[in-house]
Amino acid sequence: MLELININKNYNPGSVNELCLFKDFNLTVKDGEFVSVVGSNGSGKTSMLNIICGSIAVDSGKILINGEDITKQKDYIRQRRIGRVYQDPSKGTCPSMTILENMSIAENKGKPYNLGRGVNKAKLETYREMLRPLNLGLEDKMGVQVGSLSGGQRQALALLMATMTPIDFLILDEHTAALDPKTAEIIMELTDQVVKEKKVTTIMVTHNLRYAVEYGNRLIMMHEGKAILDKAGEEKKSINTEEIMGIFNKISVECGN
Amino acid sequence: MALLLSVLEQGMIYGILALGVYITYKILDFPDLTVDGSFPFGAAITVRLINGFGVPAILTLPIAFLGGALVGICTGLIHVKLKVRDLLSGIIMMTGLYTINLWVAGSGYVAIFDKENIFNNSFVNSITPGFLVNFKNVIIIFLITMVAKYLLDWYMSTKSGFLLRAVGDNDTIVTSLGVDKGLVKIVGLSIANGLVSLSGCIYAQQQRSFEISIGTGAVVIGLASVIIGTSLFKKVTFFRVTSSVVVGSILYKACVAVAMFAGISPNAIKLITAVLFLIILVISMDRKKVKAC
Repeated sequence: MLELININKNYNPGSVNELCLFKDFNLTVKDGEFVSVVGSNGSGKTSMLNIICGSIAVDSGKILINGEDITKQKDYIRQRRIGRVYQDPSKGTCPSMTILENMSIAENKGKPYNLGRGVNKAKLETYREMLRPLNLGLEDKMGVQVGSLSGGQRQALALLMATMTPIDFLILDEHTAALDPKTAEIIMELTDQVVKEKKVTTIMVTHNLRYAVEYGNRLIMMHEGKAILDKAGEEKKSINTEEIMGIFNKISVECGN
Repeated sequence: MALLLSVLEQGMIYGILALGVYITYKILDFPDLTVDGSFPFGAAITVRLINGFGVPAILTLPIAFLGGALVGICTGLIHVKLKVRDLLSGIIMMTGLYTINLWVAGSGYVAIFDKENIFNNSFVNSITPGFLVNFKNVIIIFLITMVAKYLLDWYMSTKSGFLLRAVGDNDTIVTSLGVDKGLVKIVGLSIANGLVSLSGCIYAQQQRSFEISIGTGAVVIGLASVIIGTSLFKKVTFFRVTSSVVVGSILYKACVAVAMFAGISPNAIKLITAVLFLIILVISMDRKKVKAC
């Protein structure tokens, strides 16, 4: 279970550009939930993910994972139990390393990176089996540098790498936003499959309202640092895209967009 | 013949320096100017050990490497912990090391002509057949360079080496893997400067002297070697990049030797170095990688 308790976050405090993003923000994500988060630009979606992952510090408040306070924990220590896929496909993989090397390095997460061999040849077939269901032909490109793959191929690999080791949370930061509609669809289905298979608690930020409605079992809409809509379970199932679109347009108009 | 041997000897000695520069410049994407200080640091340690303490020559190699590694750790700590920009961290270390090198060596010029060194000691002399006497230096340098190259190749294929490659590529993923990216950078800088210092150690023994000015422009020689090597042998896979860097260094030394042979004054050597480096950069189109101050 993940809890954000009374989170306060100001950008540029004390200057004329001071921006209050979160004021006493609270959020609880239960184990096994697949939360879709939508909201306009600047509503605090990505900042929320960064706060969870430790990429940005909070001014006050507490972050708890299964009751353990991790507010002061360094980002890299936190991320040992978090898998994260970014909007930018190049952030989840190493471009100058091959697919085999990328998967090897990802599988070692949580274990020491010592002087043992970086690539375990015996694992080659296992990795190929993991890539085959993607139907992207990656299983035949094990020795190809990831930098030469397409954005969709890289993102599929990044998703796979983020979920290769046991993790408590999967954080998806607009991970389909940089892809063309067809590829985005493939990645989204793959995501759903992985989440269901691994039963991993997931928080997905997306700009695609249809994905937010179709996938996951909880939907949150954020606006100016607050969750203005939070539907889970049966309530979430009854919601449709038009309804969400309506609410979304309404808050956008209030903002003057 | 003597000229060719000299080019090979110096080319391979600077090849080890270039391996270090390769780690920082190409793998870590860190323009590390510490090199101008850690190269003479290795040389200073060596002359002090041989002259002052009578340490067996062979031991100067690992000690110089460790000394350089320590210097690299300092650069890394300044950059990572004190959050000083990469270029400035190197400049600070390079400047400070100038004085430290004078202290360690004792003065700006120290000769070790009459002492045993890795090329000239009772063991090496006893196993060298007569017809190989002229090639003794180049063979020993070749062996040390190969050991350094293969050790680096091996390290780069380990899990720890993978992290080093990842941190220069995309440091976000290192954090995602639950590893402190600052620590990985420090490790990389320490190996790099260890190699540079090792190169300085061999250089001092080949020249049989230490001179404070050998550090000036060392990083430029290293960068030029790396860029020549990597752009000439672009199409090869990673494991041979280290070889191409060493070959790049030999080619670079050959260029300088040709310039000197053509009658250019030794006083002009730094200007030649700078112009040559500029030409290499322009031809190789590696300009974008050179970060502006």
